[in-house]
Formats: sequence, C-alpha cells, structure tokens
Amino acid sequence: MIATALTTVVLAVLAIGAALAVWQSRRWLAGRPATVDVVAGLRALPGRYLVDVHHVVGRTPFNARFHALVAGGFLAALALLVAMGVAIGGSRIVWLLLAVVLAAMLAGALMVRYRRRVVRPRELSQGRFARLPLSLLGFSGCLLVVALDQSLGGVMPEALALVLVALAGVALADLVWGVWKGPLKHAVHGALHLAFHPRPARFHDGAGRDTGLTPLPLAPQGDAGTGGPSALGVERPVDFAWNRLLGFDACVQCGRCETVCPAYAAGLPLNPKKLVQDLVVAMDGRASDAAYAGNPHPGRGVGKAHGGAALPLVGPGAMIHPDTLWSCTTCRACVQECPMMIEHVDAVVDLRRFQTLELGATPAKAAVMLEELRATDTPGGRALARRWDWAADLSLPRLPAGGSCDTLLWVGDGAFDLRVQRALRALVLLLRRAGVDFAVLGDEELDCGDVARRLGDEATFQSLAVRNVAALNARRFTRIVTADPHALHTLRNEYPAFGGDWTVVHHTALLLELVTGGALTVTKPVGRSVTFHDPCYLGRYNGEIEAPRALLDAIGVERREMLRAGMRSSCCGGGGGAPLTDVAGERRIPDVRMEHARETGAALVAVACPNCALMLEGVVGPRPEVAEIAELVLAATETTR
Amino acid sequence: MTDPAMTDVAVLLSVGRHPVSGRARRAATDAQALEMALALRPRRLTAIHAGPAADGEALRAYLGMGLERLTLLVLPEGADPVDALIAHLHRHAPSLVLTGRQAEDGEGSGMLPYLIARGLDAAVVPDVVRIGPADAPDSAGLVQALPRGQRRALTVTGRLVATVHPSAPPARPSAFGPARRGVVEPVTAQAAADPFLSDCEHRPWRPKPKLMRVKRGGSALDRLKAATESKSGKGQLLVNPSAEAGALAIYDSLVEQGMLP
Repeated sequence: MIATALTTVVLAVLAIGAALAVWQSRRWLAGRPATVDVVAGLRALPGRYLVDVHHVVGRTPFNARFHALVAGGFLAALALLVAMGVAIGGSRIVWLLLAVVLAAMLAGALMVRYRRRVVRPRELSQGRFARLPLSLLGFSGCLLVVALDQSLGGVMPEALALVLVALAGVALADLVWGVWKGPLKHAVHGALHLAFHPRPARFHDGAGRDTGLTPLPLAPQGDAGTGGPSALGVERPVDFAWNRLLGFDACVQCGRCETVCPAYAAGLPLNPKKLVQDLVVAMDGRASDAAYAGNPHPGRGVGKAHGGAALPLVGPGAMIHPDTLWSCTTCRACVQECPMMIEHVDAVVDLRRFQTLELGATPAKAAVMLEELRATDTPGGRALARRWDWAADLSLPRLPAGGSCDTLLWVGDGAFDLRVQRALRALVLLLRRAGVDFAVLGDEELDCGDVARRLGDEATFQSLAVRNVAALNARRFTRIVTADPHALHTLRNEYPAFGGDWTVVHHTALLLELVTGGALTVTKPVGRSVTFHDPCYLGRYNGEIEAPRALLDAIGVERREMLRAGMRSSCCGGGGGAPLTDVAGERRIPDVRMEHARETGAALVAVACPNCALMLEGVVGPRPEVAEIAELVLAATETTR
Repeated sequence: MTDPAMTDVAVLLSVGRHPVSGRARRAATDAQALEMALALRPRRLTAIHAGPAADGEALRAYLGMGLERLTLLVLPEGADPVDALIAHLHRHAPSLVLTGRQAEDGEGSGMLPYLIARGLDAAVVPDVVRIGPADAPDSAGLVQALPRGQRRALTVTGRLVATVHPSAPPARPSAFGPARRGVVEPVTAQAAADPFLSDCEHRPWRPKPKLMRVKRGGSALDRLKAATESKSGKGQLLVNPSAEAGALAIYDSLVEQGMLP
C-alpha cells in the first residue's frame, strides 16, 4: 500500500516535471537554428559533467560535496522508487537501500541548508531559491523515516506513513516545479546545455579551450521568410541560436560570475548573473525582471527592465541598459567560473554586434576610434609609418613581401604609446642581445582588429584581418612573437578562420626560452618582491600562466602571488574596448586590481600586456611600481662592461 | 516638425578625404549637416552627391547614418558639380539646403554653397551650429558660429542654403548594416568640364607651419603665455555699419595686411 502510494506520487510528479520541461523547451527552441552534433553531444555528456563541471564546482569543495550527496542521493532515490513501482517491488532490502541513499541526500540537504541559511553568501539569489533547503529536507527526511520503517517491517501506523509520503510528495512537487522556473531548472537545462554546447571544443573531449570568436557572415543574406537582408548580430532573444538560449536557461544563479566580475567589483552597472537572468526572463512573451531576487546591476535597481522574446534586448527601458552592455571588459572571468559553462562574453559580443553594425550605437569615444580605424587602419588615426617612430634609432629590419626570417615581431598598436614603447625597446634590445634573427612588417602591419571586434564592429575587424593575413602569408617566418596578448589571441585563435596559420608566441614564452637556452644570461638578479598580474588574453584566453612565472623566477625575483592569479586572475579594466566606452562606476577597475597587488606587499607589479601596463600605471600612488616583464629581463641580463 | 520652412530639406554630401591616410570617407562637416537634417525629422529629406559613379562606395558611409537612399548625380571625373546641383535642386525646390562648409577634396574653395544659393536665388547662412523653428511663420531660427566661440541668433525667411560649422552637434556613427542596405540612386546629369580645376596642381594637404616667436626674458609664465596665447583685439568691431563704412574698413584692413597696394 505504502510502496504503491509512494511510487504513484513519484511517477506522477516526475511526469508533470517532464511535461514542464518539454513546455519550457519552446522558449529556447524559438532561437535561430544551430548545427549541433546531437549524438556525439549526448554521448559526451557524462564525461563533460564528471570532468569539466566537476573541475569548476570542485574549486569550492564544500559545494562539490553537498552536490554529490544531494544530487546523487536524489537521483538514486528516484531511480529506486521508480524501479520499485515498475519491476522489483518493495522488499526489505530495497527499502534499506532506499534509506541509505535518502540518508546521504539528507546529509547533503543539511549542508545546503547550512550554506543558504547560516553562511548566506552575498552572491546567492533568494526568492524561489530560499525554499530549496526546505524542499530537499522535506523530501529526504520524510521518506527516510518511511523507508527505515518499511525496512524494519512497518511498525508505524499506516496513516502516519501515508501522511509522510504525502509530505514528501509535496516537497518533491516543489523541487520538480523548480524545473519550470526554479532551482532545478539547471539540472535539466544544464545537462542539455552540456550536450548541445555552442563551443564543444572547450571541454576535455575537445581541445580543452575554445575562446576565439567566430566570424559573422557579412555578405547580404536573404531571410528565408521575408526575402529582405537579415540583421547582423543579436537584437532580440530569438536572434540567439537555440543552444545559446538553452545555455542561458541553465543558469542556477549561484553568483560565482558576480564575485569575479571586475566591472561588478568596481561598481560599474554590470552583474553577469543579472545579465544572464535578463536574457532568461526576456525569453518569455512579456517579461520583467521584477521576480529577480539576486543582486542587481550596481547602481540600477530591479523591476524597471521590461522586454520579451521578440522585443529589442538593449535600450534605456529594455531588459539590458546600454551601460550594462558596454561595461564588460570581455575578460572571461565569468565564463571561467561558471559551473553551467555559460558563455557570457559571446552573448555580450553578439549584442554589441547589433548595436554597432545595425544601430551605430557604439558609445561616443569608441565610435570615433572605429571611424579612425576604418580610415587609417590605426585606432588613433595616425599614419602607419608613424608606428615605427619609437624605433628610429634601432634600425629595425623590415621584412619585405617574399622575404624570410626566423622570428617576426608584431608590435601592435601599443607602439603609438610612450609607455608601451619603453617595453618594446626593451624587447628589441633583448632580441638583439640574444642574437635572434628577427624582423618587423613595417608599414604593412595594421591594427589587428581586436578592439574593433570586441566592440562589435565585425566589418572593420574582417577588413583588417583579411589584409593582415595577406601581408603575413606573403612572407616566410618560423614564428610570430608579440608582446601584446590581445594581438596574440587574435592572430593565434581568430585569424585561422581567415586563412592565417602560424606559430604565434608571447614574448614571455620566447624570453623564457632564451633564458633557459642560455642565449640570455642573468647577471643581475632582480632581488625585489614582484607580483605578476596575468593578462586575461594570455591566461584565460590562451592558458599561458606558467611561462611568465618561470621567467620571473629565472631572473631572480621574490615572487608573490595575488589572491586572484593565474586562470582566476582579475582584469585590469583595459580589455574589450572598456577604456573607450568608459562607463562610470563607483571606482575604476584598475584601482580594484591595484588593491589586490598592494595586499601582497610586493614592491613591483610585473605586467605582460600593453593594456595592463597603461591601466595599472594610471592608478594614483602610493602604489607598487609597474614594470613590463621585458624591462625586468633587460635589467637582469645587462652584460657587465 | 510642422514648420514649413524645414519640412523639405536637401543635404549636399561630398566625398571626404582623411587628412592622414588620404582614404575616401564621409566628409566631417557634411556628415554633421546630415546629422542636423536627420535631427529635424523633415517630411522629405533628399541627400544629393554630384560626382563620378565611382564615389558610390564612399557615399555608403552616409547611408550608414540612417538614410535609406541617396541621389548620385553622375558626372565625369573633374567636372564642376555646381550647375548639375543647381539644376537638380531647381526640380526638387527644397525649402532648406544644408551642406558642410568646405569640401575635403577637389577644389575645396568653400564657394559651392554661395554659388548654389545664387543659382537658387536663396539666402545663404554660413557656419550654422543649430537650426530650428522660429517664432515668425515660414521662417527658420538659426544659430551661427562666429570666431572665438561667439554665437549669433538669426531668423531667416524664405528659401535658405546653410553651411554647417565643425562645432555643430557631432555626426552619429555610421553603421555597417544600414550602409550595406541603403540605395545609391545614380542619375545622369549634364555637366561642364572645370577648366580651373584641371589647371590646378594637386598636392597633398599639410597644415600651415606656425611661426613661433621665441620671447626671451620674463618669468616662465610670461614665456609660456607668449608661446601659447593667441593675440586678440587687433580688429575693430562695427555694429550695423553702413555699406560704405564696412567696405572702407575691409579695404583698410586689406591694405594694412599688405594684400592690396
């Protein structure tokens, strides 16, 4: 009797949950078509969950443990209950087994309650999520009593057992109702998102990393329905591909992105969690963010944003305020932290593409830069020949078309800046000192288009990319070396789509090779305390966090690590065109980052990116000195006369 | 905008040239003229360019500002656009013609608005920074930029040609999508060759070198002031002078500067 009641309740509630999930799928299936390998994705799903998701969740071991207990216990209990109803029946051994898994779930549920009710991390959403511990405890606790009782032969009055079953059913219903718009949505949608992820190459079964943006087709395409040309970028939620919408819907509002976002930390009006939730609620027909129960975009309240699946996403009164969109530095910290593998930066760039390419709504200074870039191929509107002014006395060898050399030095647009020129001079002197056969492109080096692309100006980016690729393919060299991680990322990961296929190395990797290979000898170890600030586009975008540290160790610094370093480093605020869009916040992002550096007590901050050098050196003192890594190496390898 | 003076607007757009790269682009003040025209939300907005058919691609930068179509009066290379523009504007008879103050390429004399105004028998107001309805019916209220940041409010009745000053509101960015979709409509036009222009020698533009007079002595502040301050108060201000008095003042000034014997 009790077993029948129990399995009936469970099966009924699960059927309702499945129906809810199917009904919910209309929302994300409304997106644009996407090519997805469904079979391969589903086959890779368990591996991606156990390896990639665990890798993220495991960064907070307590959370990983309660997840394993609750989810494992819950799934095992459901499987047992269904099996009891369908096949094996309710023998005492099965009841005992059920009691064991429910006990595990109860333990996990108590940990969830401890976290949500006692620890209460700021970044967690309340609202529907506040009821989660109660539902988990109710389900596992009530059923545990019933299962124990049944495994002992059933001493409890049947009426009491049925009441407990009913209570567990209510709790289960609350959990399953969460598939609709609550905590458990992430279980269903997260699993599907892992299988149909828009960037399958980022998982361990692929390349392990996939950070380059995909080219946007610019040639006029007829829309199948209207015959008119289709818009570029994303204007409305339905303009996202369906598997991207599915990804947003997987968000469990854990707030890890919020705690790492440099814009949020500086009080700029961007909270990545809220951004994703804005996209999620906008999938509904008529949407408002009034039900959102987490932290808002700093400086903007909750409840004023309105939108819908077929309404524009960005606008002063729409779901996403333009300031929110243009606050992002594209540093990927949120993507790195997201246990649901959501690609926030891709969403930001797609939204920006529509704003820039269709509306021309790029914020003022960024728009001026883009116009100069189109007219002169340099962001400052300067002549290409003037890129080399800083090296007038260095007589850099130029590599003509058809020529060949070992190492091609890509100097980037930092060469127009006095601060960056100092670092470039150091790098050139080091290459000379080490006897590297190198040359530069000269006037054929154009801007790499990184900033234009992050600002959404795909047209200008592609124009630059095509010409840069042609210039580089007309020459023969073993590798390209650059001191600019943004150029490194663009050349290495984004130019292959335009026919560029070269070995691109960062100067820290090359200098490390020269130092360890004996081409450079350390004569004057630095001996000072140094903390290394990882550039986002070198670390998170390209996974290179070892070479700069090994190089610093080789030149004899006393290396100290910031709390946030390596793959979890915090952005300087210089990426994604953020210095141009210049959205006001409570503080400046570089000030926040310099605070991290001050905490280490290091005398020097070593940087390996022109943007980081400029942003961090713009912080008012007293602060640690900012030095480009090449400058430190130059000083340390000075030959004694 | 219900004011009849600003319901039918034509904008004359030239192909600009970037001072550094020399690449064709939207001309800065023409783009500002188009911005001003778009901000007026006129009943009819005609955008016109006169030049070789090859100018079509560069003109797309204007379409990217939100224009749906643009008329290209096709002229042979080196032809004078004035007559073709006057003929076309006569057919359309707009109440307001807006354009930049000076072309960035070609002759670039800044004379075109005046010649057009003469051809249309219209008033011409140079260096406009703002345009809007005036209190009087059938007239437009303009704000004109004068040297040294001064502004003058004007009310103009009847047909008007106005040129836009660089300190007018900045032009909106040009977006790729609308630029790609917009239509450049070529219209064949009659044009005479421009013998003056073909006789001219073409050289890249460069800024006029500024002579620096190094003043010695004095405090550092004095020297800084001497090096950076521009002189003022040299001219004389005539308020509502008679035609003779004004002409005499101009004549005297030209003699003083050695422009006349």
